[in-house]
Amino acid sequence: MLEFLKRIFNPEPSSVTARERLRLVLLSDHLALAPDVVESLKADLIAVISKYVDVDAAHCDVTFEQQESVVAMLANIPILGMKPAARAPRPAPPVLRQAQDDMPPPMIDTAPASAAIADAPDAPADAAVAPVAAAAPKPRRRRRRRASVNAAPAH
Amino acid sequence: MHTSSQLSAGYLREDPLPAAPPAQQPRGRCIVVTSGKGGVGKTTTTANVGVALASTGARVVLIDADVGLRNLDIVLGLEARVRHHVLDVLEGKAELDDALVSDKRVPTLKLLAASQTREKDDVDTTAFHAMVDQLRERFDYVLIDCPAGIEKGFQNAIVGADEAIIVCTPEVSAVRDADRVVGLLGDRVKITLIVNRLRPALVRRGKMLSVDDVNAILRLPLLGVIADEPGVIVSTNKGEPIALDAASPTGDAYRKIAGRIAGTDTSTPEIPREASFLDKLFGGQR
Repeated sequence: MLEFLKRIFNPEPSSVTARERLRLVLLSDHLALAPDVVESLKADLIAVISKYVDVDAAHCDVTFEQQESVVAMLANIPILGMKPAARAPRPAPPVLRQAQDDMPPPMIDTAPASAAIADAPDAPADAAVAPVAAAAPKPRRRRRRRASVNAAPAH
Repeated sequence: MHTSSQLSAGYLREDPLPAAPPAQQPRGRCIVVTSGKGGVGKTTTTANVGVALASTGARVVLIDADVGLRNLDIVLGLEARVRHHVLDVLEGKAELDDALVSDKRVPTLKLLAASQTREKDDVDTTAFHAMVDQLRERFDYVLIDCPAGIEKGFQNAIVGADEAIIVCTPEVSAVRDADRVVGLLGDRVKITLIVNRLRPALVRRGKMLSVDDVNAILRLPLLGVIADEPGVIVSTNKGEPIALDAASPTGDAYRKIAGRIAGTDTSTPEIPREASFLDKLFGGQR
């Protein structure tokens, strides 16, 4: 009811909705079209997390999902065990939460990833994650790379 | 100048491509008009930009690459004069010169119509490329009206082009498809943007994406903005491209686009203004 009244008295112009929907859908499109970018992001993510825990690199999975108002990165990274050196003064990034101790190796579910990374200031993966976090205007360079992967106009 | 026998389509199959003459003779520019999405006004844009360019005296040939859905001829009002089409030329059934339709209104404009009864897969990409190269020796501009989609017809249309005009309407679907096409065109092609069918009153009321909204996503050099106005529909009805109408603001917008393509107009593209009450009262076209 409140929503309904809000909509009547303060409607969001549909062009704003269109803009936002486009931003999200294009972000998804570009991620889907840039497998090499996703791969290098995944490698960097694994490298960062490996500083703290032993991970099963062969079974890592990084996907992107369009949710209500964000595109979220879902990283499914099986943990094999803790690293002794990980008992550093700083706790592990807070968003990394241990899953229940089921039969499959414990997973780390990091979503949204941008928040997780932002909390670990010394993480070297900032550059790789940037395109996801900076959702709004897409850097021209990325499109170029996508073009080289994807477009093969026959000559 | 080439004679018509030199231009006989047979060479496309029998001989290797005649080597392009060494650079003394500047080659014409080949520009493909494309969008990904259908129905955004590619054909109307091709017709009007072509007419506007040719009106300045430039030699322009328009190629309808939308094989199977031929429309450029009817938008230009030249449908009754088409005798041969692009596949006739590519398959050696007609001479290139015989297939080029002249436009009495604009003497330097020629049209090569698409085939209505054939399919896009029938077009040999290499032969199409060779024909485009041949035309570039004789014309200042080769404008290609690209079919919708990103399949074979699109690949044929872009193969010989080194410039592309993206036509995009202020709609989410058109912008998304335009973005995809930009990615497919890659770095080889110089890309510019025409925002088509803008309705300034809707933009003001927040009911339509603005030119800035569109180009915040596409980030392309803006060639021009065309309003969604009755004059364009009326001109298409009559087969008289609005770029020929000296009194029409939209015609003027097309002429300015032509100027920007040619490099003679360096002004920033104007955003069409809303039609005033008086415009609506007296400006109605039949």
